[in-house]
Amino acid sequence: MAPAISLRSAVVVAGNYPVLSGVDLDLEHGHVCVVLGANGAGKTSLLRLLSGLATLTAGTACVLDCTLPDEGASLRRQVGLLGHDVGLWDDLYPAENLRFALRAARQDPSLATEALERVGISGKTAKTRLGLLSEGQRRRVGLALLIARRPQLWLLDEPHAGLDASTRLLLSELVESAAQGGATVVATSHEPELSVPMADVVLTMRGGAVIEQRLGGRLRPRGVSDVA
Amino acid sequence: MWRDAWLVASRDLRIEARSRVAIWQVLPFALLTLLLFAFALGPKPGLLAESAPGLFWLSVLFASVLAAQRSSAIEGTSATKDAARLLGLDPSGVFLGRLGALLLEIVALEAVLLAGVTLFFHVRVTSWAVLIPSLLLAAIGLCAANVLYGSLAGEARVRATLLPLLVLPAVAPVLIAGSKAFSSSVLVGDGGSGARWLGVLAVFAVVYSALGIVLYGPLEES
Repeated sequence: MAPAISLRSAVVVAGNYPVLSGVDLDLEHGHVCVVLGANGAGKTSLLRLLSGLATLTAGTACVLDCTLPDEGASLRRQVGLLGHDVGLWDDLYPAENLRFALRAARQDPSLATEALERVGISGKTAKTRLGLLSEGQRRRVGLALLIARRPQLWLLDEPHAGLDASTRLLLSELVESAAQGGATVVATSHEPELSVPMADVVLTMRGGAVIEQRLGGRLRPRGVSDVA
Repeated sequence: MWRDAWLVASRDLRIEARSRVAIWQVLPFALLTLLLFAFALGPKPGLLAESAPGLFWLSVLFASVLAAQRSSAIEGTSATKDAARLLGLDPSGVFLGRLGALLLEIVALEAVLLAGVTLFFHVRVTSWAVLIPSLLLAAIGLCAANVLYGSLAGEARVRATLLPLLVLPAVAPVLIAGSKAFSSSVLVGDGGSGARWLGVLAVFAVVYSALGIVLYGPLEES
Protein backbone atom coordinates (compact mmCIF):
# COMPACT_ATOMS: atom_id res chain seq x y z
CA MET A 1 0.00 0.00 0.00
CA ALA A 2 1.34 3.41 -0.95
CA PRO A 3 1.99 5.81 1.93
CA ALA A 4 -0.78 8.26 2.71
CA ILE A 5 1.62 11.14 2.16
CA SER A 6 4.73 11.16 0.02
CA LEU A 7 6.56 14.44 -0.58
CA ARG A 8 9.87 14.78 -2.39
CA SER A 9 11.67 18.14 -2.48
CA ALA A 10 8.27 19.84 -2.34
CA VAL A 11 8.40 23.57 -3.00
CA VAL A 12 5.52 26.01 -2.63
CA VAL A 13 5.96 29.66 -3.55
CA ALA A 14 3.64 32.43 -2.36
CA GLY A 15 4.24 35.58 -4.39
CA ASN A 16 8.01 35.46 -4.83
CA TYR A 17 8.65 33.88 -1.45
CA PRO A 18 9.21 30.12 -1.03
CA VAL A 19 7.00 29.18 1.92
CA LEU A 20 8.05 25.54 1.52
CA SER A 21 11.59 25.01 0.25
CA GLY A 22 12.17 21.34 -0.46
CA VAL A 23 10.20 19.22 2.00
CA ASP A 24 10.57 15.42 2.08
CA LEU A 25 8.00 13.45 4.02
CA ASP A 26 6.58 9.93 4.09
CA LEU A 27 3.64 9.14 6.32
CA GLU A 28 1.70 5.88 6.47
CA HIS A 29 -2.06 5.52 6.73
CA GLY A 30 -3.25 5.64 10.33
CA HIS A 31 -0.24 7.59 11.54
CA VAL A 32 -0.20 10.87 13.42
CA CYS A 33 2.39 13.51 12.53
CA VAL A 34 2.99 16.60 14.63
CA VAL A 35 4.77 19.55 13.07
CA LEU A 36 6.63 21.94 15.35
CA GLY A 37 8.33 25.22 14.52
CA ALA A 38 8.30 28.94 15.13
CA ASN A 39 5.88 31.31 13.43
CA GLY A 40 6.65 31.51 9.72
CA ALA A 41 8.44 28.17 9.68
CA GLY A 42 6.10 26.81 6.99
CA LYS A 43 3.79 24.65 9.12
CA THR A 44 0.52 26.07 7.81
CA SER A 45 1.87 26.09 4.25
CA LEU A 46 2.61 22.39 4.62
CA LEU A 47 -1.00 21.78 5.69
CA ARG A 48 -2.28 23.80 2.74
CA LEU A 49 -0.14 21.79 0.35
CA LEU A 50 -1.38 18.52 1.85
CA SER A 51 -4.99 19.71 1.54
CA GLY A 52 -4.59 20.58 -2.13
CA LEU A 53 -5.25 24.26 -1.44
CA ALA A 54 -1.68 25.44 -2.11
CA THR A 55 -0.10 24.82 -5.50
CA LEU A 56 3.02 22.69 -5.69
CA THR A 57 5.66 24.74 -7.52
CA ALA A 58 8.46 22.13 -7.73
CA GLY A 59 9.18 18.62 -6.51
CA THR A 60 6.63 15.81 -6.29
CA ALA A 61 3.70 15.23 -3.96
CA CYS A 62 1.31 12.30 -3.72
CA VAL A 63 -1.36 12.48 -1.03
CA LEU A 64 -4.02 9.77 -0.61
CA ASP A 65 -3.10 8.44 -4.06
CA CYS A 66 -3.72 11.88 -5.61
CA THR A 67 -0.81 13.39 -7.48
CA LEU A 68 -0.45 17.12 -6.91
CA PRO A 69 -1.15 19.57 -8.34
CA ASP A 70 -3.16 17.79 -11.05
CA GLU A 71 -5.49 15.86 -8.74
CA GLY A 72 -5.90 18.54 -6.08
CA ALA A 73 -9.67 18.72 -6.55
CA SER A 74 -10.05 14.97 -5.92
CA LEU A 75 -7.82 15.20 -2.86
CA ARG A 76 -9.76 18.05 -1.26
CA ARG A 77 -12.91 15.97 -0.90
CA GLN A 78 -11.01 13.48 1.28
CA VAL A 79 -9.44 16.09 3.54
CA GLY A 80 -10.70 17.79 6.69
CA LEU A 81 -8.88 20.98 7.68
CA LEU A 82 -9.29 22.70 11.03
CA GLY A 83 -7.49 26.04 10.88
CA HIS A 84 -7.31 29.08 13.14
CA ASP A 85 -10.52 30.22 11.48
CA VAL A 86 -12.92 27.28 11.42
CA GLY A 87 -14.16 28.33 7.97
CA LEU A 88 -17.87 28.29 8.78
CA TRP A 89 -20.56 30.96 8.53
CA ASP A 90 -21.06 33.28 11.49
CA ASP A 91 -24.76 33.94 10.84
CA LEU A 92 -25.71 30.26 10.80
CA TYR A 93 -26.30 28.08 13.85
CA PRO A 94 -23.75 25.32 14.46
CA ALA A 95 -26.17 22.62 13.26
CA GLU A 96 -27.04 24.64 10.14
CA ASN A 97 -23.36 25.05 9.37
CA LEU A 98 -22.73 21.32 9.69
CA ARG A 99 -25.80 20.33 7.71
CA PHE A 100 -24.77 22.69 4.89
CA ALA A 101 -21.22 21.31 4.89
CA LEU A 102 -22.40 17.70 4.92
CA ARG A 103 -24.88 18.28 2.10
CA ALA A 104 -22.17 20.05 0.08
CA ALA A 105 -19.84 17.10 0.66
CA ARG A 106 -22.60 14.65 -0.42
CA GLN A 107 -22.82 13.19 3.08
CA ASP A 108 -25.73 12.51 5.40
CA PRO A 109 -26.78 15.81 7.07
CA SER A 110 -28.42 13.91 9.94
CA LEU A 111 -24.90 13.18 11.28
CA ALA A 112 -24.64 16.82 12.36
CA THR A 113 -26.59 16.57 15.62
CA GLU A 114 -24.70 13.55 16.94
CA ALA A 115 -21.34 15.09 16.04
CA LEU A 116 -22.21 18.33 17.81
CA GLU A 117 -23.35 16.47 20.92
CA ARG A 118 -20.07 14.57 20.90
CA VAL A 119 -18.17 17.86 21.29
CA GLY A 120 -20.61 19.24 23.84
CA ILE A 121 -22.51 21.63 21.57
CA SER A 122 -26.17 21.09 22.35
CA GLY A 123 -29.25 22.82 23.77
CA LYS A 124 -29.15 26.61 23.70
CA THR A 125 -25.58 26.72 22.36
CA ALA A 126 -26.62 24.71 19.31
CA LYS A 127 -29.24 27.36 18.55
CA THR A 128 -26.88 30.31 18.81
CA ARG A 129 -25.26 31.95 15.81
CA LEU A 130 -21.73 30.71 15.36
CA GLY A 131 -20.42 34.28 15.41
CA LEU A 132 -21.69 34.71 18.98
CA LEU A 133 -19.91 31.63 20.32
CA SER A 134 -16.54 31.77 22.08
CA GLU A 135 -13.35 30.87 20.23
CA GLY A 136 -13.20 27.52 22.00
CA GLN A 137 -16.82 26.70 21.16
CA ARG A 138 -16.23 27.61 17.52
CA ARG A 139 -13.29 25.25 17.38
CA ARG A 140 -15.46 22.54 18.90
CA VAL A 141 -17.94 23.08 16.08
CA GLY A 142 -15.03 22.74 13.64
CA LEU A 143 -14.09 19.48 15.35
CA ALA A 144 -17.69 18.29 15.08
CA LEU A 145 -17.50 18.81 11.34
CA LEU A 146 -14.42 16.59 11.20
CA ILE A 147 -16.22 13.94 13.23
CA ALA A 148 -19.24 14.03 10.96
CA ARG A 149 -17.26 14.10 7.72
CA ARG A 150 -14.78 11.34 8.70
CA PRO A 151 -12.10 12.48 6.27
CA GLN A 152 -9.19 10.20 5.41
CA LEU A 153 -6.72 12.98 6.14
CA TRP A 154 -7.11 15.25 9.18
CA LEU A 155 -5.14 18.49 8.99
CA LEU A 156 -5.15 20.41 12.25
CA ASP A 157 -3.54 23.84 12.53
CA GLU A 158 -2.64 24.37 16.17
CA PRO A 159 -5.66 22.40 17.33
CA HIS A 160 -5.03 22.90 21.04
CA ALA A 161 -5.17 26.70 20.83
CA GLY A 162 -8.18 28.18 22.60
CA LEU A 163 -9.43 24.89 23.99
CA ASP A 164 -10.18 24.16 27.62
CA ALA A 165 -8.78 21.09 29.39
CA SER A 166 -11.76 18.85 28.70
CA THR A 167 -11.84 19.74 25.00
CA ARG A 168 -8.09 19.13 24.73
CA LEU A 169 -8.67 15.67 26.16
CA LEU A 170 -11.51 15.15 23.71
CA LEU A 171 -9.25 16.28 20.88
CA SER A 172 -6.62 13.69 21.83
CA GLU A 173 -9.31 11.00 21.92
CA LEU A 174 -10.63 12.05 18.51
CA VAL A 175 -7.17 12.04 16.96
CA GLU A 176 -6.44 8.61 18.38
CA SER A 177 -9.82 7.32 17.26
CA ALA A 178 -9.33 8.70 13.75
CA ALA A 179 -5.87 7.18 13.45
CA GLN A 180 -7.09 3.81 14.71
CA GLY A 181 -9.80 4.01 12.07
CA GLY A 182 -7.12 4.35 9.40
CA ALA A 183 -7.17 8.12 8.93
CA THR A 184 -3.89 9.99 8.76
CA VAL A 185 -3.48 13.05 10.96
CA VAL A 186 -1.07 15.96 10.53
CA ALA A 187 -1.20 18.62 13.25
CA THR A 188 0.90 21.73 13.71
CA SER A 189 1.58 22.81 17.25
CA HIS A 190 3.30 25.31 19.50
CA GLU A 191 2.60 23.09 22.47
CA PRO A 192 4.85 20.02 22.18
CA GLU A 193 3.96 18.84 25.69
CA LEU A 194 0.39 18.30 24.48
CA SER A 195 0.96 17.24 20.89
CA VAL A 196 4.09 15.05 20.89
CA PRO A 197 2.54 12.31 23.09
CA MET A 198 -0.18 11.73 20.48
CA ALA A 199 2.27 11.60 17.55
CA ASP A 200 4.00 8.79 15.69
CA VAL A 201 6.26 11.23 13.89
CA VAL A 202 7.42 14.65 14.98
CA LEU A 203 8.78 17.13 12.44
CA THR A 204 10.51 20.37 13.25
CA MET A 205 10.43 23.03 10.55
CA ARG A 206 12.39 26.21 9.98
CA GLY A 207 12.48 28.49 6.96
CA GLY A 208 10.08 26.30 4.97
CA ALA A 209 12.18 23.15 5.40
CA VAL A 210 12.10 20.14 7.73
CA ILE A 211 15.21 20.37 9.89
CA GLU A 212 14.49 17.42 12.18
CA GLN A 213 12.34 14.28 12.08
CA ARG A 214 11.97 11.99 15.08
CA LEU A 215 9.57 9.50 16.63
CA GLY A 216 6.68 10.72 18.75
CA GLY A 217 5.24 9.31 21.92
CA ARG A 218 2.22 7.47 20.59
CA LEU A 219 2.15 3.82 21.61
CA ARG A 220 0.95 1.59 18.83
CA PRO A 221 0.29 -2.17 18.86
CA ARG A 222 2.46 -2.64 15.78
CA GLY A 223 5.25 -0.57 17.31
CA VAL A 224 6.93 2.44 15.88
CA SER A 225 9.73 0.70 14.01
CA ASP A 226 7.84 1.03 10.72
CA VAL A 227 8.04 4.80 10.93
CA ALA A 228 11.11 6.06 9.17
CA MET B 1 -23.99 22.18 -10.42
CA TRP B 2 -27.71 22.93 -9.90
CA ARG B 3 -27.74 21.06 -6.60
CA ASP B 4 -24.83 23.11 -5.32
CA ALA B 5 -26.46 26.28 -6.66
CA TRP B 6 -29.61 25.50 -4.67
CA LEU B 7 -27.56 24.77 -1.53
CA VAL B 8 -25.60 28.02 -1.77
CA ALA B 9 -28.66 30.13 -2.61
CA SER B 10 -30.56 28.65 0.36
CA ARG B 11 -27.62 29.36 2.66
CA ASP B 12 -27.23 32.95 1.45
CA LEU B 13 -30.94 33.69 1.73
CA ARG B 14 -31.11 32.15 5.20
CA ILE B 15 -28.20 34.33 6.31
CA GLU B 16 -29.78 37.40 4.70
CA ALA B 17 -33.14 36.71 6.31
CA ARG B 18 -31.39 36.49 9.67
CA SER B 19 -29.10 39.51 9.34
CA ARG B 20 -31.61 41.69 7.39
CA VAL B 21 -28.86 43.79 5.85
CA ALA B 22 -30.76 44.00 2.55
CA ILE B 23 -33.90 45.32 4.23
CA TRP B 24 -32.29 47.73 6.69
CA GLN B 25 -29.33 48.95 4.66
CA VAL B 26 -29.51 48.24 0.92
CA LEU B 27 -33.18 49.11 0.42
CA PRO B 28 -33.06 52.39 2.40
CA PHE B 29 -29.89 53.34 0.49
CA ALA B 30 -31.67 52.81 -2.84
CA LEU B 31 -34.73 54.81 -1.76
CA LEU B 32 -32.53 57.56 -0.40
CA THR B 33 -30.64 57.77 -3.69
CA LEU B 34 -33.91 58.09 -5.57
CA LEU B 35 -35.17 60.82 -3.24
CA LEU B 36 -31.92 62.77 -3.43
CA PHE B 37 -32.09 62.69 -7.22
CA ALA B 38 -35.62 64.08 -6.94
CA PHE B 39 -34.43 66.86 -4.61
CA ALA B 40 -31.59 67.69 -6.99
CA LEU B 41 -33.96 68.04 -9.95
CA GLY B 42 -36.45 70.16 -8.05
CA PRO B 43 -40.27 70.14 -8.01
CA LYS B 44 -40.85 70.01 -11.75
CA PRO B 45 -43.22 67.11 -12.51
CA GLY B 46 -42.36 67.04 -16.23
CA LEU B 47 -38.63 66.94 -15.63
CA LEU B 48 -39.01 64.32 -12.88
CA ALA B 49 -41.11 62.05 -15.09
CA GLU B 50 -38.69 62.43 -17.97
CA SER B 51 -35.70 61.63 -15.76
CA ALA B 52 -37.40 58.76 -13.95
CA PRO B 53 -36.14 55.87 -16.13
CA GLY B 54 -32.47 56.84 -15.87
CA LEU B 55 -32.68 57.70 -12.19
CA PHE B 56 -34.50 54.45 -11.44
CA TRP B 57 -31.70 52.43 -13.04
CA LEU B 58 -28.95 54.50 -11.43
CA SER B 59 -30.51 53.76 -8.04
CA VAL B 60 -30.74 50.05 -8.87
CA LEU B 61 -27.13 50.03 -10.07
CA PHE B 62 -25.73 51.68 -6.94
CA ALA B 63 -27.82 49.49 -4.65
CA SER B 64 -26.82 46.35 -6.57
CA VAL B 65 -23.15 47.09 -5.90
CA LEU B 66 -23.94 47.44 -2.20
CA ALA B 67 -25.92 44.19 -2.26
CA ALA B 68 -23.06 42.46 -4.07
CA GLN B 69 -20.61 43.63 -1.41
CA ARG B 70 -22.89 42.01 1.13
CA SER B 71 -23.10 38.83 -0.95
CA SER B 72 -19.31 38.65 -1.06
CA ALA B 73 -19.19 39.20 2.70
CA ILE B 74 -21.59 36.27 3.18
CA GLU B 75 -19.34 34.12 1.00
CA GLY B 76 -16.89 34.93 3.72
CA THR B 77 -13.23 35.02 4.52
CA SER B 78 -10.52 33.13 2.71
CA ALA B 79 -11.01 30.41 5.35
CA THR B 80 -14.68 29.88 4.45
CA LYS B 81 -13.78 29.90 0.76
CA ASP B 82 -11.12 27.27 1.45
CA ALA B 83 -13.67 25.27 3.43
CA ALA B 84 -16.09 25.42 0.48
CA ARG B 85 -13.34 24.17 -1.83
CA LEU B 86 -12.57 21.31 0.56
CA LEU B 87 -16.24 20.33 0.58
CA GLY B 88 -16.09 19.83 -3.17
CA LEU B 89 -18.69 22.47 -4.07
CA ASP B 90 -18.86 23.01 -7.82
CA PRO B 91 -17.58 26.59 -8.45
CA SER B 92 -20.16 27.07 -11.20
CA GLY B 93 -22.84 26.00 -8.73
CA VAL B 94 -21.51 28.47 -6.16
CA PHE B 95 -21.65 31.24 -8.78
CA LEU B 96 -25.21 30.37 -9.77
CA GLY B 97 -26.29 30.05 -6.14
CA ARG B 98 -24.90 33.46 -5.25
CA LEU B 99 -26.45 34.87 -8.42
CA GLY B 100 -29.83 33.38 -7.52
CA ALA B 101 -29.86 34.75 -3.98
CA LEU B 102 -28.73 38.20 -5.11
CA LEU B 103 -31.28 38.14 -7.93
CA LEU B 104 -34.16 37.68 -5.51
CA GLU B 105 -32.99 40.65 -3.50
CA ILE B 106 -32.52 42.89 -6.54
CA VAL B 107 -35.91 41.97 -8.03
CA ALA B 108 -37.55 42.84 -4.69
CA LEU B 109 -35.56 46.09 -4.65
CA GLU B 110 -36.70 46.92 -8.19
CA ALA B 111 -40.33 46.40 -7.15
CA VAL B 112 -39.99 48.83 -4.26
CA LEU B 113 -38.13 51.40 -6.37
CA LEU B 114 -40.75 51.09 -9.10
CA ALA B 115 -43.38 51.97 -6.55
CA GLY B 116 -41.13 54.87 -5.51
CA VAL B 117 -40.78 56.37 -9.01
CA THR B 118 -44.49 55.91 -9.64
CA LEU B 119 -45.25 57.85 -6.48
CA PHE B 120 -42.56 60.55 -6.49
CA PHE B 121 -41.74 60.95 -10.19
CA HIS B 122 -45.29 60.89 -11.54
CA VAL B 123 -44.83 58.09 -14.09
CA ARG B 124 -47.49 55.61 -15.15
CA VAL B 125 -46.66 52.23 -16.57
CA THR B 126 -48.39 51.54 -19.89
CA SER B 127 -46.61 48.40 -21.03
CA TRP B 128 -45.99 45.80 -18.37
CA ALA B 129 -45.12 43.33 -21.12
CA VAL B 130 -41.92 45.27 -21.79
CA LEU B 131 -41.23 46.53 -18.28
CA ILE B 132 -41.35 43.21 -16.39
CA PRO B 133 -38.98 41.29 -18.72
CA SER B 134 -36.63 44.28 -18.79
CA LEU B 135 -36.51 44.41 -14.99
CA LEU B 136 -35.82 40.68 -14.79
CA LEU B 137 -33.21 40.52 -17.56
CA ALA B 138 -31.41 43.61 -16.29
CA ALA B 139 -31.38 42.16 -12.77
CA ILE B 140 -29.85 38.90 -14.02
CA GLY B 141 -27.15 40.78 -15.90
CA LEU B 142 -26.42 43.11 -13.00
CA CYS B 143 -26.22 40.26 -10.49
CA ALA B 144 -24.03 38.10 -12.74
CA ALA B 145 -21.62 41.00 -13.34
CA ASN B 146 -21.54 41.91 -9.65
CA VAL B 147 -20.82 38.36 -8.48
CA LEU B 148 -18.17 37.87 -11.16
CA TYR B 149 -16.39 41.17 -10.51
CA GLY B 150 -16.80 40.65 -6.77
CA SER B 151 -14.75 37.48 -7.13
CA LEU B 152 -12.22 39.33 -9.27
CA ALA B 153 -11.97 42.14 -6.70
CA GLY B 154 -10.72 39.61 -4.14
CA GLU B 155 -10.43 40.13 -0.42
CA ALA B 156 -12.58 42.53 1.58
CA ARG B 157 -9.84 45.07 2.26
CA VAL B 158 -9.76 46.15 -1.41
CA ARG B 159 -13.15 44.89 -2.58
CA ALA B 160 -15.17 47.77 -1.06
CA THR B 161 -13.42 50.34 -3.22
CA LEU B 162 -12.46 48.21 -6.21
CA LEU B 163 -15.83 46.59 -6.94
CA PRO B 164 -17.69 49.81 -7.92
CA LEU B 165 -14.77 50.79 -10.17
CA LEU B 166 -14.96 47.44 -11.95
CA VAL B 167 -18.72 47.01 -12.09
CA LEU B 168 -20.16 50.44 -12.87
CA PRO B 169 -18.42 50.93 -16.24
CA ALA B 170 -19.10 47.32 -17.20
CA VAL B 171 -22.85 47.57 -16.55
CA ALA B 172 -23.29 50.79 -18.56
CA PRO B 173 -25.17 48.77 -21.25
CA VAL B 174 -27.72 47.76 -18.59
CA LEU B 175 -28.17 51.39 -17.58
CA ILE B 176 -28.72 52.47 -21.18
CA ALA B 177 -30.87 49.55 -22.33
CA GLY B 178 -32.80 49.40 -19.05
CA SER B 179 -33.56 53.14 -19.20
CA LYS B 180 -34.71 52.89 -22.82
CA ALA B 181 -36.91 49.87 -22.10
CA PHE B 182 -38.32 51.67 -19.06
CA SER B 183 -39.03 54.79 -21.14
CA SER B 184 -40.90 52.72 -23.71
CA SER B 185 -43.01 51.22 -20.91
CA VAL B 186 -44.15 54.49 -19.39
CA LEU B 187 -45.75 57.64 -20.70
CA VAL B 188 -42.55 59.67 -20.96
CA GLY B 189 -39.90 60.29 -23.56
CA ASP B 190 -39.64 58.64 -26.94
CA GLY B 191 -38.29 55.37 -25.61
CA GLY B 192 -37.84 53.70 -28.95
CA SER B 193 -38.54 50.06 -29.47
CA GLY B 194 -38.79 48.26 -26.14
CA ALA B 195 -38.19 44.86 -27.74
CA ARG B 196 -34.86 45.98 -29.18
CA TRP B 197 -33.62 47.00 -25.76
CA LEU B 198 -34.91 43.80 -24.24
CA GLY B 199 -32.61 42.02 -26.70
CA VAL B 200 -29.61 44.02 -25.47
CA LEU B 201 -30.48 43.19 -21.86
CA ALA B 202 -30.90 39.49 -22.72
CA VAL B 203 -27.52 39.33 -24.46
CA PHE B 204 -25.86 41.06 -21.49
CA ALA B 205 -27.49 38.64 -19.04
CA VAL B 206 -26.53 35.56 -21.05
CA VAL B 207 -22.93 36.70 -21.66
CA TYR B 208 -22.23 37.57 -18.02
CA SER B 209 -23.96 34.45 -16.70
CA ALA B 210 -21.92 32.27 -19.06
CA LEU B 211 -18.71 34.11 -18.17
CA GLY B 212 -19.46 33.60 -14.50
CA ILE B 213 -20.12 29.88 -14.89
CA VAL B 214 -16.83 29.43 -16.74
CA LEU B 215 -14.56 31.89 -14.91
CA TYR B 216 -15.76 31.84 -11.29
CA GLY B 217 -13.83 28.67 -10.45
CA PRO B 218 -10.47 29.80 -11.89
CA LEU B 219 -10.89 33.24 -10.27
CA GLU B 220 -11.54 31.74 -6.85
CA GLU B 221 -8.61 29.35 -7.27
CA SER B 222 -6.27 32.21 -8.05
